[in-house]
Amino acid sequence: MNEMTGMNENPLDLLPEVLLAASAVLGLLLGAWLPRRRQWLTGAMAGAACIGGIVAAAIAAAKPVETAFGESFAIDPLTATSRIVILGGTLLVLTLAMPRLYADPRETEFYVLLQLAAVGALVLAGAQDLLLLAAGYLLASVPAYALAGFRKDGPGTEAALKYYVVGALLGVLMLTGITVLLAAGRATAYPMLRSELAEAPAGLVAVGTLALLAGVLFKAGGVPGHFWVPDAVQGSSAPVAAFLTTIPKIGALAALYRLGAVPLADADLPWADLVAVLSVASMTLGNLAAFFQQDVKRLLAYSTISQVGYLLLPVAVAGRTGLDQVALLYYLAGYALTNLGAFSVVCALPGPDAIDDYRGLARAHPALLGSLVVCLLGLVGTPPTAVFLGKLEAFSAAFDGGYAWLAVVAAVNTVASLFYYLRWIAPAFLARGPAGDSRTTSRTAAVIAYGAAAGSVALGLLGGTVLDVLGGPLAP
Amino acid sequence: MLTAIVLLPTAMAALLLCLPRSTPRTLFLTAWVVTTAAELVLTVIVWARYRADGGMQYETRARWIPSAGISYHVGVDGLSLPLVAVTCVLFLACALYAWRETRKVREFAALFLFLQTTCLGLFVALDLILFFVFFDLSIVAMYFIIAGWGHQGAARAALKFFLYTFIGSLALLLGFIGLYLATDPHTFDIVELTRANPLAGRSTYGALVLLAIAVGLAVKTPTVPFHTWLPPAHTDAPAAGSAILAGVLLKMGTYGFLRIAMPVLPGAWRDHALVFVVVGVVSVLYGALVALAQNDFKRMVAYTSVNHMGYIILAIGAAGAVGAGHEEARRLAVTGSVFQMVSHGLLTGALFLLSGVLYERGRTYEMSAYSGVAGRAPVFAAMTGVAAFASLGLPGFSGFIAEFQILTGSLGPEPVATGLAVLGILLTAGLFLRALQQVFLGPLRLPAAAPGADRPFPDILRHEALAIVPLLALGVVLGLAPRFVLDVIEPASRAVLELLAR
Repeated sequence: MNEMTGMNENPLDLLPEVLLAASAVLGLLLGAWLPRRRQWLTGAMAGAACIGGIVAAAIAAAKPVETAFGESFAIDPLTATSRIVILGGTLLVLTLAMPRLYADPRETEFYVLLQLAAVGALVLAGAQDLLLLAAGYLLASVPAYALAGFRKDGPGTEAALKYYVVGALLGVLMLTGITVLLAAGRATAYPMLRSELAEAPAGLVAVGTLALLAGVLFKAGGVPGHFWVPDAVQGSSAPVAAFLTTIPKIGALAALYRLGAVPLADADLPWADLVAVLSVASMTLGNLAAFFQQDVKRLLAYSTISQVGYLLLPVAVAGRTGLDQVALLYYLAGYALTNLGAFSVVCALPGPDAIDDYRGLARAHPALLGSLVVCLLGLVGTPPTAVFLGKLEAFSAAFDGGYAWLAVVAAVNTVASLFYYLRWIAPAFLARGPAGDSRTTSRTAAVIAYGAAAGSVALGLLGGTVLDVLGGPLAP
Repeated sequence: MLTAIVLLPTAMAALLLCLPRSTPRTLFLTAWVVTTAAELVLTVIVWARYRADGGMQYETRARWIPSAGISYHVGVDGLSLPLVAVTCVLFLACALYAWRETRKVREFAALFLFLQTTCLGLFVALDLILFFVFFDLSIVAMYFIIAGWGHQGAARAALKFFLYTFIGSLALLLGFIGLYLATDPHTFDIVELTRANPLAGRSTYGALVLLAIAVGLAVKTPTVPFHTWLPPAHTDAPAAGSAILAGVLLKMGTYGFLRIAMPVLPGAWRDHALVFVVVGVVSVLYGALVALAQNDFKRMVAYTSVNHMGYIILAIGAAGAVGAGHEEARRLAVTGSVFQMVSHGLLTGALFLLSGVLYERGRTYEMSAYSGVAGRAPVFAAMTGVAAFASLGLPGFSGFIAEFQILTGSLGPEPVATGLAVLGILLTAGLFLRALQQVFLGPLRLPAAAPGADRPFPDILRHEALAIVPLLALGVVLGLAPRFVLDVIEPASRAVLELLAR
């Protein structure tokens, strides 16, 4: 595509992505041969690939910023953090899913789909070229459609269908947007687009950006691409729901940030205002819709939509302050851990799925419900959890970028969100429930829930060390 | 030292939660009482080694999140030390009072211990984020106390309390972010912010930040018009919870004004001091009038809290009238406001515990359901009488010293407002006397319909007396010999006024 191609085509630069993709392909082959009770090996391999990827990403993070494969893939703090969070999140989801799927006829398929979707998220996070972004979008979406309907039951089919239809529509819109931006900027690589779009006709850039945003917001699960979230989350199994609301979001938000900070940074476009409006819409709609939900998964689904709204605060002021990048990355990490923690509790208690079923459950499962309190109050932003510090940084970034009103709206929304989280937690602790209830629980999921809850507090307390690592320049 | 004082209760709470639920009840209660007593002893040691004119002492500062300008910074001075001491006294009183508690004792003790950490941590915090952390966690702990151990309707009241104060805390957070971004280098450290006076000369920005911080603290204090969460929260909370809520948590708001709003935003405070004067007077009068209309004893005491907090807001508003002379008077007002926090903490804590005693026996707070109780329970009647007289500001009690200082100090700078506020004292005197007369005098009548109506109305029990008598005794001691506390407060209030005059 440009003359620099051929200068740096070292696949080792993409080691985390390559590892996960290779493990997926190898798993698919192995799965065809392994007996059913040994299929878990492919899952274990996926876990190993995640761990290897995290190590590789951490090592790569220590090196100077560069781009790989021409200028199409950035290796900078944004990619590094997203890689670690995505792979860590995938690892947690794998651990949640493995005990449930043991000796399932389609066990391997699940792991393969999960890994491919995670690779898609990784590509989204690092893409430095619109075409690669589109490829990442498809790679993150197509396996996820299959995951949503993996149970092959009524709600699962509905979930997959809705997810697919919205995804296909917005995907086409996204490709249109890419075409328009190509027409406007005569390139798809971000560095070239940055200078070209600055002089391109504003209307063309605006139309192209809007269409492009539709696709990215679909992956992020933010308004207006959020319609699939509640149904897909409610209809799919709890681990898949955890995956869908966490992993693609990280890739998409990183991609969105990069779009705002690099190719569109100098364009004649009200980027900040646009994202601010989307942010307000996401948090407000998500919160309002969550208010009277009865199903806990659906409630969490709407809560993730509102979280996208908060996560868009630093995206709105991308590249304008000294705080936005750190704020986004830290919040993403905190959000991923906390949200996965909340879903782990849901996984660990397969019986109840309505809020009323949680009444008095704290007597039977004090530690699990304690973790739920930490995670949900964490999502509200109660100190000293990680999301609190993330919100603090995000609010500060918005303030610093001249969007104080956005921080105020986010604060008001935060209060509103407290209401529905309390609707869930309070009866669990305060109502009289069935004492000595012996409903089955998943021990692995419970351990992950404890770990995620403790981790979100620890991440908050150790925020100083983490924040220091997240700074640094983006790839040019 | 301060860190140990702050963290000890939470460590104990964690330990208690590790014990099985089947452990004897008394073990939890004993551990709770012992911990709170140890806290009090530690605080007395801190006080004994505190030099009255030495400024900030026992300071510890550790790196926490340096890249975000956040550090773990604690210390005490004349503003915070008396409040730390009151907090320890009240928590010990509540631990003693709860000696007969039977419902989920382990969790009850653990929550109170955790709450004690958040209260103490807030008063010693010298970093805005640390302050905020404790501010928010105190809300969470109090929410569970009200919702878990309250009376009917507690869940709604607790939710209202949580939502209101949480809105306040987020307003506070936005204000803190405004301060953070205004300083160079960015920091959340209160001492550094105070030194930097970051918003000097930026009146609009300063006013907005002050607005955010003031709304946050006013919800907590609470002042009119942000007080509506308070009556239901108090009415439905368990007695010990009410005592802490009124005695300690409300002080977080007024303390925040003295620790953060006045020293860090002196310009904005001076410009808008009149707003606080007006809000203070309205709170004084409104709180007293609404309290007068109550038939529910606990609700009445709750509204008198709005009234008493109003005096503090009036005083710190009057203190903002810099430049009009009255130096001595304004210092008196600030000193009086800190003393009022101490005095109100002790006396209202006692009143709420006494209302709990009443409820234990009659199962209702309705004053019209009782009559002539003094005949059955003379000691109880005497104690309530002492608490009520002390609370309405009778000479010889701590409330008198506090209100006298506040009103004398405010009279010079704000004569009209102070004149109106004096009416509040008359109203509170009236309502307390009416309540005493209704409940304790006249022919004996006890609640009829309530379960256990035929049971006797026993006089005060030993654990109740152990909890309440020291609070009242301290109220008398501070009323007769206030010097040892005033010596600590006065240098600090002088410092606040010097900062305000910049």
